This record gives sequence, C-alpha cells and structure tokens, in this order.
Amino acid sequence: MESNMLKEDNKIFKNLYNSYGWNINDAIERQDWNNTKEIISKGREWIIEEIKASELRGRGGAGFPTGLKWSFAPKEVGSRPHYLVINADESEPGTCKDRDILRFEPQKLIEGCLIAGFAVNAHVCYIYIRGEYFNEGKRLQEAINQAYEKKFLGKNACGSGWNFDIHIHYGAGAYICGEETALLESMEGNKGQPRLKPPFPALVGLYGCPTIVNNVETIAVVPSILRRGGKWFASLGKPKNTGTKIFCISGNVNTPCNVEEEMGIPLKDLIEKHAGGVIGGWNNLQAVIPGGSSMPLLPKKVCDTITMDFDSLIANKSGLGTAGVVVINKQQDIISCMARIARFYKHESCGQCTPCREGSGWMWRILDRVAKRKATYSDIDLLEDVTKQIEGHTICAFGEGSAWPVQGLLRHFRKEIDSRCRGEPLVKKKVNNPYLVDQHLLENKNA
Amino acid sequence: MPKIIINDKEIEFEKGMTVLQACELADVEIPRFCYHEKLSIAGNCRMCLVEMEKSGKPIASCAMPAAEGMNIKTNTSFVEKARKGVMEFLLANHPLDCPVCDQGGECDLQDQSLYYGVDKSRFVENKRFVKEKYMGPLIKTQMTRCIHCTRCVRFATEVAGVPEIGAIGRGENMEITTYLEKSMESELSANVIDLCPVGALTSKPYAFEARPWELKKTESIDVMDAVGSNIRVDTYNWEVKRVLPRLNNEINEEWISDKSRYSCDGLLKQRLDVPYIKKNNKLQKSNWDEALDLMISKIKETNPNEIAGHLGDMIGLENALAFKKLFEKFNSQNLELREKKFYINTNEKMNYIFNSSIQGIEESDLILLIGANPRHEATMINARIRKAFVKNSLPVFSIGNPGDLTYNYTIIGNSTKDISKLINKESNFSKKLLSSKKPIIIIGESALGLKSGKYIFESIKKFLNDNSFISKDWNALNILTQNASTVGLIDLKVLPNKNDYSFFDKLNDGKFKFLYLLGSDNLEFKKNKEFIVYQGSHGDRGAEIADIVLPNAAYTEQNALYENLEGRIQECRKASYPIGESKEDWKIFNLILKKLDKKNDTFKFESLRKEVFEKVLNFTNINDLPERKLVKEVEESSKFINEEITINPLDYYYSNSISRASKTMSECRQISKKVKKTG
Repeated sequence: MESNMLKEDNKIFKNLYNSYGWNINDAIERQDWNNTKEIISKGREWIIEEIKASELRGRGGAGFPTGLKWSFAPKEVGSRPHYLVINADESEPGTCKDRDILRFEPQKLIEGCLIAGFAVNAHVCYIYIRGEYFNEGKRLQEAINQAYEKKFLGKNACGSGWNFDIHIHYGAGAYICGEETALLESMEGNKGQPRLKPPFPALVGLYGCPTIVNNVETIAVVPSILRRGGKWFASLGKPKNTGTKIFCISGNVNTPCNVEEEMGIPLKDLIEKHAGGVIGGWNNLQAVIPGGSSMPLLPKKVCDTITMDFDSLIANKSGLGTAGVVVINKQQDIISCMARIARFYKHESCGQCTPCREGSGWMWRILDRVAKRKATYSDIDLLEDVTKQIEGHTICAFGEGSAWPVQGLLRHFRKEIDSRCRGEPLVKKKVNNPYLVDQHLLENKNA
Repeated sequence: MPKIIINDKEIEFEKGMTVLQACELADVEIPRFCYHEKLSIAGNCRMCLVEMEKSGKPIASCAMPAAEGMNIKTNTSFVEKARKGVMEFLLANHPLDCPVCDQGGECDLQDQSLYYGVDKSRFVENKRFVKEKYMGPLIKTQMTRCIHCTRCVRFATEVAGVPEIGAIGRGENMEITTYLEKSMESELSANVIDLCPVGALTSKPYAFEARPWELKKTESIDVMDAVGSNIRVDTYNWEVKRVLPRLNNEINEEWISDKSRYSCDGLLKQRLDVPYIKKNNKLQKSNWDEALDLMISKIKETNPNEIAGHLGDMIGLENALAFKKLFEKFNSQNLELREKKFYINTNEKMNYIFNSSIQGIEESDLILLIGANPRHEATMINARIRKAFVKNSLPVFSIGNPGDLTYNYTIIGNSTKDISKLINKESNFSKKLLSSKKPIIIIGESALGLKSGKYIFESIKKFLNDNSFISKDWNALNILTQNASTVGLIDLKVLPNKNDYSFFDKLNDGKFKFLYLLGSDNLEFKKNKEFIVYQGSHGDRGAEIADIVLPNAAYTEQNALYENLEGRIQECRKASYPIGESKEDWKIFNLILKKLDKKNDTFKFESLRKEVFEKVLNFTNINDLPERKLVKEVEESSKFINEEITINPLDYYYSNSISRASKTMSECRQISKKVKKTG
C-alpha cells in the first residue's frame, strides 16, 4: 500500500502541515530560493519551455496549460507594462489548498512570482487575496517583507538583475472575483463583473495592459519544477495530467485534510488512506463532489474506480476543478445538499448577464421545492431545461459552475428526485380565491 | 477586405467590425437588448447569440470581433433554442404588465418576445419586486421591469459624462440606481428613456398620456438652441405630447438635450390665443381688426425713423424675410436680431458660423474655447466634444472659466492679455496650437459681447489666417451662437449696418416711438414711452410690456426653415395647429399689409421660401453644410483692450419663452439650483 503513495522526496509542499516552520530561514532550509538567480539567468525562453515540458496545468480549476498561457504574453514589452496577477481569491466551497500555501509555504509562492514575473516580462505582481483570508494575508505580507529584507525582492531581485515588486490586494468577499477578469475589474476598483473575452487578459488585462493571471498553487510549484526539471514533474502522474496536486478532502470523512498527492491517484485511495475513510465505511458512501462545489458529483459506483485527474474526470462528465473533494455519505440528504449549493450560486451570481442572474435563483427555488417534497414531475424536466439554458450562454464560466452540480444530481439521482415528487402537486388544496387574483400572490408561504 | 460567411452567404466586412455588425451587412437581423451602436459593448443580455462553426457554445455576436473565414449561422434550431432560453429568463422576473406600461407598443422586449417568447410561462415562483428609484422630474422608474441591460449606466458614464447611474447589489438583487436617489446632473439625462429597451425608465411628464400608435409623428427641427437637433414631434390631435430625437450623425447623433425634449409642455401653457390691447394699463382681450387698426394708426402717426423692430430667438427664415420686407414698407431700417450687444462681422459667412462643423470635432486634435460654455449654450456640441475627448483623448483648453463641462480641460487664462500672448506666439499654448493639424477655436457670445469683442474676433481670425488654419480643407474659426435664428437672420441681412450697436443705443436713449417685437422676449431694456407691439406665442416678458399683443404660432405649428450654427438649412415642419385665433407670422404681416392698402404686396409662403434659398449665402442643399468659400477681405483694424473674459451664465432651463412656460423645465431648474446650493 505504501508504495502507491507519493514519496516524501517527491512532495513539493513539504511544510503543508507547518511541521517545519514558515519563516524564510526555515524555507531556505527546505531549498526554497536555492539557485533562483541561476534559474533566471537561463532566460525566459528556457523557463517557459521547461514549464511546457512539465505539462503543468493550471491549478485554479480550468486546467489550462501554464506554459502555453505564459507564451501568450507579448514577447517584447510595448508601450504598456506587463503585470503578473496571482489569484488567491480561493472561494470555491470545499477548497482550502491555497490557504495552507499562503500560511505555511509563502516563500514558494513568492519565489514563483519572481520567476513567473520574469518569464512574462512583469516587474510588478499583485496578489489578490480574498478578504476573509485576513490572517493569511498578514502572514503573506510578513513573508514578503522577509523576502525584501533578504533582497530576494525589490531592485535587482535575488541578484538576478530583474526588478520585481509584489503587492497584496484584498478582495471584499465575492466568489465571482475569483474569475480572472472579474478579479481584474475588482482590482481596478470597479464592480466585480467578468469581462467579455476576447480580448484575453494576456493581451488586454489589468488597466488595459498585458496581464497573466495564475492560481497560487500553480505559481508555487514553479520553482520546484525548474529546480528539479520539467521531466521530473512530467514523470509523476499520468500523461497530460502530470505532477502532484494538493487535494482538499472534506465532508463525511473521518479525518478531513489537505494532502499533496500524485495526479491520477484513485479517489478511493485518497479517501481511505489520507482522510481516514468515509464515516460509516466505504459502503456508506453516497456521492463525491470531486473538484469543488461547481463540479458535478459522482455516485458511489463511479467513485469505486475513478482516478483523480483532469481527463478521466471529464470522461465521467465531471471535472477536477480545484480538487476540493467533498464526500457525502448516505446519512445526508443529497437533494438538500445540492439545493444548498444552488443557493450559494444564486447568492454569488454577479448579475451581469441574463441566464445566470435569472437562472441561478430559479434552479435553487425548484431544488428547494424538490427537497421539501413540494415539486411536481414537470418541475424536474423544467429544472433540467433551465440548467441547459444557462450552460454555455453566459459571459464567464460561472454559468456552467452553477448548472453542472444540478445536472450531476439529475444525472445520477433521478430516482431519488422522482420519489420525492410522487403525487405531490404544487398547489395542494383548491382555495376559493376571488376572481382574477393571481393565486400565487395569495400564497404567502410561497414567498 | 476580409470575408465572413453568414448563413452560407459570403460577404465582405470592414476590419474592426463585430459579428453582429457583419450580420447586419448581410441583412440578417439579430435581436439585442444591451447592444447599442453609440455605446460601449456590454454583452450581458445574451440575446444576440449566434452559432459559430468550431465552437461548441453559441457566441454573443455583439461582442465577438468578426474574423476572416468565420462561419456564422443565425437561423438554426440551435440558435433559436439559445435565444428562446434567454428570452424565458428575461421574462421570468419581468412583470407582464404591458397593458399599464408606458413602453407598450415601442418596447423591445415586447417586440422580440413575439419571435422568441414561449406562449406560456413555466416560472411559477414569485416574481422579483424592486423598489422604485427617484431619478428626478424627467425619468419615471419602475425598476421591477428592468432587464439589467446597463444601457443607461453606460450612457451616463460615457456620453453624458456624469457617472451617476450604476448598479448595486449582486445576482438577482442587482439594481440600477442613482446611488443617492437624486436626479442626474446632466442636460442629456432624458436620453436614457429612449435607450431603455423596456419600461423601467419612462418619461415622467409623458406618463400615461398616449400610446405610440395613437400619435402622429412629424419629423422636425429643434429651435431651443442654435444646434438644430433633429427631432420627431409626436402629436395627439393638436396637442404636442412629446419630442423625440431623430438620428442625424452630422448633428445630434441619437441624443437631444432635456430642454429640446421637455419644453414641449410649455406649448400648452401661457399661450396667447387672441389679440390683446392694453387699456387702463391692463391687457384686455380684443380681436384682430381692432388690434391691427390701433397698430396701423400708431404706425402712421410715427416718424419712420422712430419705428424699430426686434426679431426674437426662434424666428423662422420665411417669417424673418417677410418681417424685413414689411419694415421696408414702413420705410424703417431699425432692425435688430441680437438680444445683447455682441460683435458680429457680417462681411462674409465664415465670420459668424461654426466652420469646422459638428462632425469635424471628432477629427480635430485641439480645441480652444474662448468665452464659451458649450455645455449650456450648445449641449449637443458639448456632447460631441466629450465624445472626441473620450475617443481620441482630444485636448481641450479654455480662456475664461466655463465650469464643469463633463470632460477635463485646461484653463490657460481669463483675460484678453492671454489672447494677445497667443496671437503674438508668446505663450506655451501658441506652440501647441501651431503644431496641431486640425485645431478648433470656439468663440462664444460672451467673449464677443465684451468691449474687446472686436479685438478678440479679428485678431484670432487674422492669426488663424496667417497660420493657414483657414483653408478649403479646414477652417478653425468657429462662433458659438446661442439662438436658433441668429445665423439665418444675419444671412438675410436683417442687420442693416455691420458692427453697429445703433439699435441698442437708440433704444436705451428712448429714441424709438414704436417698437415691434417679433417673438423677442430676451431683449433687455427699460421701457420708456415706446408703443410696443409684441407678436409672439407666449405670455412672457415681451407680452408683459406690450401695448398690443398679437398671437402667433409656435415652432411646432408652422412650416419654417432654420439655419443652424453651422450654416445648415433645415426644415421645421408643422406638427400641430396654431392655437385659438393665433396665426403664422407671415399671415399676420399680410393682414397688416391689407390694412395699409398694399394688397398687391402680400406674401405667399412658397415664394418667401424660394427667396430665402436665394438669399442665404453659400447655400448648397437643404440639410447640407454651406459651401466653404474663402474671400480675401479687407482686414478690420481693432484696438487691444485689457479686459477679463467672463462667461455670462445662461439660465439653461429658462432660456426662451417656451421653456419658461414649461412646468417640467421649471422643476428641472429648481432642482439644479438646489444641487448647486448644497453641492
């Protein structure tokens, strides 16, 4: 059994549990900031090629190849400066990996920022932290200050000849600001609403300047990849789904935890070995949300065999997302769970574009009725229609994020839903209301 | 040119177009709510979804740049399903109160739901209710109907330049508001009513007045200022119900000012419907015969030199010509069209018009305002300057302080000294001006009204001439006149002697015995012993001091030509009928001529119009700019006087007799004054 697990040596985030201290000196002992100058001196072509060779995919949810993204930045700096923006607005329910990186491995992130900033020609990096991560932000600021003291940042950062500054920007607690363009809007001081794409931020981003937006974890693994080589990283995991990944396991497990594991680890192993198993045993498992609340759930049947990587989850009509694994056992009311998630999305929709603004609330209301056994059969078809009408019709991926969990529920738990609807019409009794008055207005309970 | 395939038809498009614009080229109609040609792209309504080859999702055509080789389909079931889905969402929380909604009949949502709406509602939840927002006396809100297209937000920030409308809240709870629930501090505010595709923002003064299909629509011209905005006058029976803008990219684009739009309720108030005669120091109702007889007897007993006439701010060209001819019959030359003394060089047309043209503002690379406040004096020109400022970051400078113009400008001085420095190339600004390619110098009436008005105009003109800024291709010299009639009347040579203030001098010295005011209410003078005949449409300042009041038709009630400040002749059309016994001006003159036993000289409207076309200088075509003629004229000598350049404040909402009679305008005025007081 032990042989299947990621070797301690191959772990990137050795201080994920703060066993060795987060201070810069402790970090340097763990080989952070080792050879940074030499890495940078190899030039940006080499860095980008090495990242491409590692097949690193963005850890923020979409899984876009990082090296490719960096190569989209203009090769030469024109009239406008380039920016690097780190997305630390970790708000996806079920996900808390960035938090531990910010708390316990901040130097990995800072070093990664310098290297990535150099690779995309940026002298300034902004780290957008969600407002609720106040203590984490403080910790990160301390770590940045320490890096400045050691001359790892600032003018001629780390002796590389590259000037580099990092600024922290706090969000105000909106989920949608984790979407990269909404994040940029928010940083500019506007209402956090996603922008239209194209143009993509790599060409027109923060203040109209070329901007690369990356997730915390993506950037934090960059220095280790460059030190140990892209091939090493690519040798871990599965083809096209390489490297290690921090999985956040929560829900009905005995020991919820964050754990760094190889990509492509079987879900069952992940839960059984690292999280102490499902409460009530594996057979008590009902479903698993594999990648944060916006990914469709998987029923137990699929969970038995599935491996945790981008492509095999997509093949099962779900996604790795942020790798926030939420385990739901049979004691939970799966429909209520999903209704709660739908309510979350209704609350967090930015309200800019029509399908998501109107549809997310509609989905929640129907699901809520289903959960309360007040729905009719036709409501279920309607619900499916609504999810289809949202999906793919919105400006940003929030539309999919709100529709997919519901679709997952409909796909795998149709029977459960149908059983709730049996013989229960929406309007229970016929009330003698005055002529020409809307019935639903009189039903205060419905409001 | 690149090519795009739309519904299997290959068409060429210009670079920089969006897919939606390319579809329009191919005569394919795309439904839309948030997209508007004159505003930035928001892409949030999602109604314009189309299918693109190689894309799994439908794309928003308004936001997607068209590219070579794209294959777009708009008529597939895939597209229809997507649009129907969006429409269902839009209607989900939209109240179906069309029968009591003022937008009914001209509602985009109503129209498009005809094609993409489903016949029954699946939304059984309670609909969202949004509290109404106060947006001032012009805009009535019913925010439950809002579909969050953000056209109004974009208009306020981009075109009007007052970022006072915005969205607060998130998701379903997103609401459009003015934040502090106050009226928008802009002269263009009511355009959001036209922009709103649903009935969320409707017109307050027009609330529940009429349905659009009941109204007779007349295409006409606005006369509230000298810009000559193109308008549509909607009438119900004889009553003017509302005024809407008409698209004219050369003048007002799609907007009109609040004054143009809402003065129309003044057409029903304070109207003069019968002739009045002053008896016992009180105006009393009379009839045409009695009034004209009294008037003729007065004229006959007055020395022709002591007869004077003043033409007001909204006089059409035909009427002015007839008035001038009438005065020839009186043997009098004492005619004036200015309300205050200001310098006009009438030698050539270039001297008193806006030569660069309104559209030219967008080509310009530098603007200098001299004693002008375009925001109040010519709102649509100000909007155009702001457009150029936003689009091309056009640098704007000013001599004199005009206050908030909705864009940034630099004040380079406030005295005539700064002008002399400029023309002597002593200031830094002269270098900037000389290095610019298409500068625009706008001289306002306030500057021309100074003692040094002559110096300002002539020296600037000489400077521009010397530095070849006045040529066939570009003319940087611009005069910002304030009244709709000014430029046209100068063309008709109403002013007998150039640069002459003799009318004002004689008037103030009490040398006139008989004063004929043709619709002029803004002439400031102290009444001595003159016998005053006021011919106008409203019981305003002119009627107050008159001995005889003759009622005439307002601008919506007669056909007339007007020349705007660019020298462009446009036709104002009759949308309604003169009220009561009032008559068109030229018909009144005919009555007078008949009383004078000069029946053979009576006017015919057609021949008057024909003569106007002949008399107007450099006339090309109706609705077109005048020909650019360069005459080498004798230079006028002018003396430098050191003087401060101040801008006379214009009571924007109260600038003419119609707006002064309007209840809506007085509400706007009160609110704008309150805002000024409290900041």
